[in-house]
Amino acid sequence: MKKILLLCFAFALQSGVWAQSSVTGTVTDDSGVPIPGVSILKLRSTVGTVSDLDGKFSINASIGDELQFTFIGFKPQVKPVGSSSEIDVVLEEDLTNLNEIVVIGYGSATKRELTGATSQVKGEAIESMNMPRVDQALQGKIAGVNISTNSGAPGGTSNIRIRGIGTFGDNDPLILVDGVIYDAAGLNALNPNDIESVNVLKDGTAGIYGVRAANGVILIETKKGSLGSKPRLDFNAYYGVQETARKLDLLNAREYAILRNESFAAGGQTLPFNNVNLGEGTNWQDAVFEEAPIQEYNLTMTGGTEKTSYSIGGSYFGQQGIVGGPKANFERYNARINFITEIAPRVKFTNVLLYTREESSGLAQGGIGSVLYNTINAYPTETIRIGDRYSYLDNVNDIINPLAQMENTYNNTFVNKFVGKEEIEYKINSNFTWTGRAGYNFAMVDTKVFNPLVWYGPGKFANSARNANLDPVLVDVGGLEIERGAHVFEARNTFLDYNLETFLNYENKFGEDHRVKGMFGLSLVGNRSEGLNGIGFNIPNNDLNFADISANQAPGGFLNNTGSFQSRQRLTSAFIRGEYDYKQRYFVSAILRRDGSTNFGPNNRIGYFPAISGAWLISDESFFNVKAIDFMKLRTSFGVSGNDQIGLFRYRGLLNGSATYVFNDLIVNGAAIGNTSNPDLKWETTYQTNIGVDFSLLQNIDFTANYFIKNTKDLLFQPDVSALLGSYGPGGSPPVINAGDVLNRGLELELGYGSNRKTGVNFRFDYNITFLKNEVTAVPEGFEFIPGAGFGVGGNVATRFQKGLPIGYFIGYQTDGVFQTAEEIASSLVIQPGAEPGDLRFVDQNGDGVTNFGDDSDRAMIGSPIPDMIMGFNFNVDFRGFDLGANVYAALGQEIIRNYERQQPFANQLAYNIDRWTGPGTSNEVPRLTTGATRNTVFSDFYVEDGSFVRLRNVQLGYTIPKTISQKIGIQYFRFYLAANNLITLTRYQGFDPDVGSGNPLFAGVDNGIYPQARTFMAGLNIKF
Amino acid sequence: MSLWIFTACDSLLDIDPEYTQDAENFFNTKEDFDRAIIGVYDMMQPAYLNIWIGEIASDNSIAGGESVNDTRGLHEIGSMTHGGVNEELRAVMRVNYTGIARANYIFENQNNLDFDGKDLILAEARLMRAYFYFNLIKYFGDMPLIVDKRISINEISSTPRTPKAQVYEQIEIDLRSAIAGLPSTVSVTGRLTSGAGKALLGKVLLYQGKYAEAATVFGELIDNNQGGYALFSDYTTLFYANNQNVAEDVFTIQFSGLQGGDYGCLICLNGNAAVGFHGIRLYNGPLYADGNSYNLPTQDLYDSFADGDSRRDATALNLDEFIAAQPNAEDITYAIGGGGHTGFYNNKYIKRLDERGLPDDDLTSPLNYRAIRWADVLLMAAEAFQKSGNDDRARTELNKVRNRVNMSAINSSGDALYQAILEERRFELSGEGHRFFDLVRTGQAASKISGFVVGKHEVFPIPQVEIDLAGGIWTQNSGY
Repeated sequence: MKKILLLCFAFALQSGVWAQSSVTGTVTDDSGVPIPGVSILKLRSTVGTVSDLDGKFSINASIGDELQFTFIGFKPQVKPVGSSSEIDVVLEEDLTNLNEIVVIGYGSATKRELTGATSQVKGEAIESMNMPRVDQALQGKIAGVNISTNSGAPGGTSNIRIRGIGTFGDNDPLILVDGVIYDAAGLNALNPNDIESVNVLKDGTAGIYGVRAANGVILIETKKGSLGSKPRLDFNAYYGVQETARKLDLLNAREYAILRNESFAAGGQTLPFNNVNLGEGTNWQDAVFEEAPIQEYNLTMTGGTEKTSYSIGGSYFGQQGIVGGPKANFERYNARINFITEIAPRVKFTNVLLYTREESSGLAQGGIGSVLYNTINAYPTETIRIGDRYSYLDNVNDIINPLAQMENTYNNTFVNKFVGKEEIEYKINSNFTWTGRAGYNFAMVDTKVFNPLVWYGPGKFANSARNANLDPVLVDVGGLEIERGAHVFEARNTFLDYNLETFLNYENKFGEDHRVKGMFGLSLVGNRSEGLNGIGFNIPNNDLNFADISANQAPGGFLNNTGSFQSRQRLTSAFIRGEYDYKQRYFVSAILRRDGSTNFGPNNRIGYFPAISGAWLISDESFFNVKAIDFMKLRTSFGVSGNDQIGLFRYRGLLNGSATYVFNDLIVNGAAIGNTSNPDLKWETTYQTNIGVDFSLLQNIDFTANYFIKNTKDLLFQPDVSALLGSYGPGGSPPVINAGDVLNRGLELELGYGSNRKTGVNFRFDYNITFLKNEVTAVPEGFEFIPGAGFGVGGNVATRFQKGLPIGYFIGYQTDGVFQTAEEIASSLVIQPGAEPGDLRFVDQNGDGVTNFGDDSDRAMIGSPIPDMIMGFNFNVDFRGFDLGANVYAALGQEIIRNYERQQPFANQLAYNIDRWTGPGTSNEVPRLTTGATRNTVFSDFYVEDGSFVRLRNVQLGYTIPKTISQKIGIQYFRFYLAANNLITLTRYQGFDPDVGSGNPLFAGVDNGIYPQARTFMAGLNIKF
Repeated sequence: MSLWIFTACDSLLDIDPEYTQDAENFFNTKEDFDRAIIGVYDMMQPAYLNIWIGEIASDNSIAGGESVNDTRGLHEIGSMTHGGVNEELRAVMRVNYTGIARANYIFENQNNLDFDGKDLILAEARLMRAYFYFNLIKYFGDMPLIVDKRISINEISSTPRTPKAQVYEQIEIDLRSAIAGLPSTVSVTGRLTSGAGKALLGKVLLYQGKYAEAATVFGELIDNNQGGYALFSDYTTLFYANNQNVAEDVFTIQFSGLQGGDYGCLICLNGNAAVGFHGIRLYNGPLYADGNSYNLPTQDLYDSFADGDSRRDATALNLDEFIAAQPNAEDITYAIGGGGHTGFYNNKYIKRLDERGLPDDDLTSPLNYRAIRWADVLLMAAEAFQKSGNDDRARTELNKVRNRVNMSAINSSGDALYQAILEERRFELSGEGHRFFDLVRTGQAASKISGFVVGKHEVFPIPQVEIDLAGGIWTQNSGY
């Protein structure tokens, strides 16, 4: 393998020689303040330097040479070298972002030159959000990027969806941090404060990443310091208190008792409550939700000498849960050493090293069995404690006391993670640069779960003890009676992602007008995971202090168990890009990538992914003389990219099914097919066309618009398959097939405005909006639709993937009020079987005069989890040391399924049931209550709510002490602030949180009682020494 | 040059899964066959579906459970309002076809290797394949017949429903071949015998109305009795865990309480899921343990027994009466589920205090399911003999069953005898999942089951989603 690698990465090197005399000078801004770190380049050469702390520079140049001065935030300037050996330069501040460097994959470009649809978010914009994770901070920041939340619990994850949902399967974009692969969940390891910039490749030009690029690519760069800058120490800290932003409106004890009696009476059963005057009763939500701390401390040192720049830092972040407090905990320790140094003339070495330790614990979340589900459905007539024990909530079989549940939950996960990159960049001559790099992302994840003997009450499924005395269950093992006591599960899993890449960049200018860039590279990307786990039984004394496999007392070790897994995956690639521009006015770029992925069989292992893009800088044309428009560019691109993220070896049929039976009273193991094979399996292919326009107006307004058509074909998914395939056995899974197409079309608008500094008020305003239309355009041959999430416990399928409709749309009965009287039912033109007064009246979609419950003929689309539009709004103003910032995010036009109500006679209910139908004319919305059989609980639009929301995600008020004062105590910059996250949410949705995400597009918008995002009040400070 | 680099790099892609066998490269050793047959046996364990649907669809029991909306499919079956959307019926279809696919996987590779004992494994596979197909026909009528190979996803939309008669033909072929290859007794408890094959063959013939052939098969099984079958002496404890795998067991599906499980995958269990579900809701008292109050016997069933028939209480537990008879009656508590209450519980497959498996013990009962037991064989024989004109022999077999529980002998003949045999099946076999199919095949369903529509409810609807997944080429059963 070593040999092959060498061959794969062997490149010929060249070199050149030159020498000249020196030119010196100072670079300042328009108010005369020196600017350190300005990059100074002699055009048409590789000679370059940076200005030092006093803005001074020195460079070898001769008369007739041209020097280019560039610094982020300022307009670049070119000065010819004249007879004087001293050149002073005043750089003009650039309020537009045209000259910002954008990372585009194996290279970079300025916004002026970009031909693709690429968006960038700066580190400061992420930092100021005070979010635990970068993906949370990005919500609403970038047009075309929709971020939804899986869980608001500490350490909970988000879904990042770039330009809609393209597939039934893995929709996560490719995330590269300094060129190293991160998975979306792995972003937990990254401290948002360490980020320099986030660049998102949204269109076909992402195809430079080939078979991994179909869901878009996110390139994150961490801070590296800048050359020739004084060492600076940054200290940032905040401390906050979190609380739930909302509690559900549930029945109190009196209301509950009245409604139960009514419901039991209607069902012809004995009334459960003789006395309904029970007052408020127990408010389970008040008992479960708590105030919890969140805090972060962050110390960074950045700086640079002439040849080396560095950024070194450490941080701590800690967050406890608003449900569970320390039982839902996430803590992160970071240490980071990044530096770039010139180890030899023209040879630059980059080191990135991040160590992260995460410590977390969590509670059961999402759906039946979760703490919040138990909280919502626990009835208010039961006290939390009865005597010296927790109450049992006897009347509902599968609801347990949520406080007892939290108390008995013990799990801890420890992650030790090293992420790094070593890179050599060799500037061979003025035309060629060679880069070789190795990246790694290694995580060791240790998990320990202690399952004590618990008793939640008679008949509870979660019991592990035999009775309230916590006597262990006796198990007969081959004739031996063994006590099955408390047990502990421990696992150690390691995950390694690595990449080895080499590429050669070429740049040349022919004459004054023709500029050419080229890049050719090879890469090997792979991962390797291994895990070992074990369970030890009969932990002494049912005690957490002995919760370790080593302490197990299982007689003969009979009950103990071990397991392991391992997997690996590789991707070999070659890629080439050519760019040409004429007069910096007409740009064209072409990409071709060849990928080979181990996720596919020999029939379909290699794929080719082309992309082409172009831009026309209209404002540079001589005929263009609109004075208000400083800059105007038209862009277009078309590209093909792929998605190979379908799990390992899915093309093969594996004997990983479960086959167990009982012979001689003992369980015997056999073999059965698990994965069903499909040797012709291939990647999903996305064809994307983008048309865009960039404007810059009146020196301080930026405007970008993109329209895209994104067609994903040959979707990789595991459909619900016919029974005949025989894949329904234990451990069985249907084959992964290529079938189905999805079309996403959308319009993205980004608007930025920055005010002139001379007014004394600095003002920055950014707005973006995305309109998206998602449609399934083909389903697999022989399938009418693919069923998705179920409704209720064992209820109907509520979401589908079906041609002509958005992915994961909701299918169910459409209601048309409530039947008021028996006469109304009798005289209705539509026969609704079993209907009684007070029942929901369903629409007869197929017009056959009968509401059909046995088939699909009367079910219709009653909602979609995909927003029609999302928008983000950022606003910052500062004046005389005071600053005020706000970030608003809105998602409009999506629906949510209310799926956290247990349809069970004794479960508590939402307060809307107070307005139920109780007789003719009482309600035309909420049906009657009964324990008898009704169709009111079938999935209908009664359970679908408008999920639109507008959220003030962050608002911040800060004050910076004047430099003249702070410098007296040696501090360059001292700011303190008050901030609130998630302060206000405007929504009609009655659940905890309308931001309901799911990794699986067919489960999106199904609210099983999501752990809500906290509302946080924070105070913090930023100090620079 | 670059092509050469690609080739070199591409060789990095040739990696195989580690430590796992590949489905296309199996059946190379005897052990591989031994392991594959266990996979087929495994698919008989979702027998809970039979115990539920066979009873709930009939006049014997109601669905019960937590609420009418919990396991809605069973409630719909109970009230004869079931349609094309029914998770339980879909599970029946999927479980049995998975069993068939696992058996066919062996036949597909049967010529890979020869070894001692291969015929035995093939015979077991044939018997189980017949059992799975027979289940499908009983539930759904005509069903696609797939034999000796796995079917690929592309073939499904061109696989029509096979006429029932043709499937029966294959079942008979498989069973006769299995009987020839299986021993009459086994040293490993739980492995299938030729006796199980014969009993199932007789039953299959009876379902087709081939009475004379059925009588021959049953007659031979009873007369030669190579398996040493006999009625267990005490009917009232026949269904206790202690009395499993006795001479009465002919075709028994084995369970264990040694492995946990969860509600998310009932078909994955190695315990008998029906038992915990049948348990008494929130029960706290002697003998029994708490459960989910499913599949509750009806008053009609309870009342149908003659006075003094000990099978009544062994079949339907009259809970309040049982509690009243206990010394500490006032301390015994239980709850009534929202899914209905009759006062009776299935007393054969019920969770008892000392027969529980691992937590969650609702799911891990070690109680075996007797698909066919000796009394059933005798009653089926009686029916076959009566229908083929041998009333004498019919009475002999019938009265063996009655004699065990000290009920007086039946002396009638002709249709009266036939009716007595059918009634006896209810007394003897209620709670075991046979009743609905007996009522249908003997034409009594319409008169016994309220809501039963002739020409419709004899078979269940094919799950609509399965019709859709087969490309819509199957016609739904009539009336649905």
